[in-house]
Amino acid sequence: MADKVLMKGNEALAEAAIMAGCKHYFGYPITPQTEVAAYMAKKMPKTEGGVFLQAESEIAAINMVIGVASTGKRVMTSSSSPGISLKSEGISYLAGCDLPALIINVQRGGPGLGGIQPSQSDYFQATKGGGHGDFHLLVLAPNSVQEMVDMVFKGFDLAEKYRMPAMILSDGTMGQMMEPVSLEKGIINEYDKSWALTGTKGERKPNIVNSLYIAPEELEKLNFERYERYKKIEETEAMYEEYLMDDAEICIVAYGVASRVAKNAIDTARKEGIKVGMIRPITLWPFPKKALNEAADKVKKFISVELSMGQMIEDIELAIRCKKEVLLCNRTGGMITTTQDVLNKIYEANGGKQ
Amino acid sequence: MDSRSIKRITIFSGHYGSGKTNVAVNYALWLKTMKENVSIADLDIVNPYFRTKDSMAVLSENGVNLISSEYANSNVDVPALPAETYGVLQNKEIYAVIDVGGDDRGALALGRYSEGIIEDGDYELLFVINKFRPLTRNADMTLEIMAEIEKACHMKFTQIVNDSNLGDDTKAEDVLSSVAYAKEVSEKSGIPIKMTTVKSELYDELKDKIDNLMPIELYVRQSWAERNDI
Repeated sequence: MADKVLMKGNEALAEAAIMAGCKHYFGYPITPQTEVAAYMAKKMPKTEGGVFLQAESEIAAINMVIGVASTGKRVMTSSSSPGISLKSEGISYLAGCDLPALIINVQRGGPGLGGIQPSQSDYFQATKGGGHGDFHLLVLAPNSVQEMVDMVFKGFDLAEKYRMPAMILSDGTMGQMMEPVSLEKGIINEYDKSWALTGTKGERKPNIVNSLYIAPEELEKLNFERYERYKKIEETEAMYEEYLMDDAEICIVAYGVASRVAKNAIDTARKEGIKVGMIRPITLWPFPKKALNEAADKVKKFISVELSMGQMIEDIELAIRCKKEVLLCNRTGGMITTTQDVLNKIYEANGGKQ
Repeated sequence: MDSRSIKRITIFSGHYGSGKTNVAVNYALWLKTMKENVSIADLDIVNPYFRTKDSMAVLSENGVNLISSEYANSNVDVPALPAETYGVLQNKEIYAVIDVGGDDRGALALGRYSEGIIEDGDYELLFVINKFRPLTRNADMTLEIMAEIEKACHMKFTQIVNDSNLGDDTKAEDVLSSVAYAKEVSEKSGIPIKMTTVKSELYDELKDKIDNLMPIELYVRQSWAERNDI
């Protein structure tokens, strides 16, 4: 086991990416993700072959990502909410070109310029595509600095396995908070990259990376094929963590920082004899539909704890086919739910304290 | 800690995340037990969260005056410094504790005031170090950050504070293992170690093993869930 160091979530993302063999990072500063870029600026030049580049804008940065991704090399960019909106055109192009890349969103309050305090209000944007056209992003939502490291390896791996962009959906608190972390190198699988633009040396036909199709029939066929891939991902790659679900009558669903607060509330409620547990989605897309649907046959009520105006709650209702009532416990605009907020919602779902 | 060595202005600077703010808050509270008029000024223009302002309640309960940007912990990213900072630096009746933002970027703000501070002369510029931070894992890496900060603030460090910690998870052996590191930083830079800080739960276990050990409380919670605990 590697020695522990004390890291901010943002730093852990950057360090893990370098450990995972990412040698190209393109970014643009925005609070609360700036430490990702700052850490990369310090560390990348000391990495053999490492390139750190602060682009002139978010749009330039994501287009640089497309360039490197086309060559089959690991590449990353990071931003916070308004910056991700600017990158969304490029993200759609990555999906349309079937290119793997890792995009970090350290969410802040919105809409518009919003504010710099933490939020989870980019859930729809991340899980329903994140740009124009028919596509999905792989969306990973760690809830500790240690899991940030693990998800960077997982994100790159899934992106390369399925040739599509992956996003780590973090938030200001996860990015800024410090926790001890063990920097263990994760698994790096080798996938076929014969599609990459690496130069033909006159020995093969040129590869083409492109998202423009003249014939609509061809584009439709590709979209159908891509959705077959998405279907397989939904069946096999959903990740989640169950907490005290064996005898639970109330099921909390929460991800990222909200799940940390929810866990404290569950521990308090359990001491009072209330049977409450949690299913924590680790992948938001694919969403752990099967686990939730199975839980719906056992529990009486669900509570969606989220730092947004009721976005994930829609996926919960769809996953459980509205079999049970789903209550919403939320704060937004840069405010964080407290343990007491969640506890009060647990009492409501329980029909009182007892 | 030796109360005879107290200077009127005590400045805490270092790599970001080394624990400056928490040490500064603890120092200000300790200082207040001996001096009537104590102010702590937050010069951090870098960090969006986990600010001195988070400790507002404990500071005001104990009569320590807090000077902080009105934008701290707000929804905007305005690197503004409060005008009152000049007041505490120039008023010789006030014992000032200055919490500087991390790294050279944070230390730029201190550079704004350095001329007056050097002229005043009654100050200590403390370099807070933590060997468990990934960019200050050894003495050479730490000295690199030190040189960057000194260049940015136009001042030289006078003493070192060894605040090596892993937050709530810090164990006695972690602190013990940092002693040799702090000594090496001290030897290579020629700057003496003022103290080693340790969370109060570990103080009794370590007080006979480490020189100039100062027990501190973790006022600045780094983890939101715990911070919001009921």
